[in-house]
Amino acid sequence: MDFYGFTPRSRLFLGTAQYPSPAVLQKSVEAAGVDVVTVSLRREAGRLGGGQDFWALIRSLGVRVLPNTAGCHSVKEAVTTAQMAREVFGTPWIKLEVIGEADTLQPDVFGLVEAARILCAEGFEVFPYMTEDLVVAERLVEAGCRVLMPWGAPIGTGKGLNNPYGLRALRAHFPDVPLVVDAGIGLPSHAAAAMELGYDAVLLNTAVAKAGDPAAMAAAFARAVEAGRLAFEAGPMEPRDMAAPSTPVLGRALLG
Amino acid sequence: MRIIVNGDTREVAASVLAEALAELGYADAVVATAVNESFVPTGARARTILSDGDRLEILAPMQGG
Repeated sequence: MDFYGFTPRSRLFLGTAQYPSPAVLQKSVEAAGVDVVTVSLRREAGRLGGGQDFWALIRSLGVRVLPNTAGCHSVKEAVTTAQMAREVFGTPWIKLEVIGEADTLQPDVFGLVEAARILCAEGFEVFPYMTEDLVVAERLVEAGCRVLMPWGAPIGTGKGLNNPYGLRALRAHFPDVPLVVDAGIGLPSHAAAAMELGYDAVLLNTAVAKAGDPAAMAAAFARAVEAGRLAFEAGPMEPRDMAAPSTPVLGRALLG
Repeated sequence: MRIIVNGDTREVAASVLAEALAELGYADAVVATAVNESFVPTGARARTILSDGDRLEILAPMQGG
């Protein structure tokens, strides 16, 4: 597992938005033991704006930041946001989002490929938020992306893996490209399922931030991700249609 | 001179971006800037001349998913 030369200890990447308080965010990051968190850029209201405190908190956590281009609907917006993020956060990493549709927040995959090509050429290390489309994935790899992040379901829906077939095909097609399921995860079981498919990591935010006890849910997700990965590495059995007794039939007593 | 700062019209005396930022209270803040939708790196702020009606975006780290 190599994300542009970085090997995280945890395969769970966590978003930093929507927590009840900064203290709860901090507890959640610590409870899950994550070492990659996503962040964004927004308008700052003066020298004492909230962004400065937030950045101080994130720096104190000792984690790696993955800035996003959330909310960008055009290539130009996404590229400019990425350039600004690189300077502020001091990282070439960028979670590239080019949103194409307001209701589903579905990626505009055409704009995504175009923006990825520009940013890769400028030396960015792009984590593209994409649909599970194989051809789009090919184009993104051609553009220079060395990580792919297909959605599980639309952002914030918590519906889990909408298209396991497509995600499995993507995994099979790109055995050597690190793959992250990003968005749509609602439950630890969804995260485990993604890992059981052989995905390298899972990125989620709302499922933890909006839980009754975010830190406890973060810990639950961390364990689910670990369990799913272990299961993948252990080699799951093949499912079958007919029952097969697990207890040996040979030696069964005749008692009736 | 009147410029648009993060969507609001503001009156500034400075005509250079670096000075305008200080005047607006962002002197020590960790922020990234764009003028008229183009990124202006920190190193270029001292030589970026502002004109009346310019649109300045001042962005800072924020929570994100």
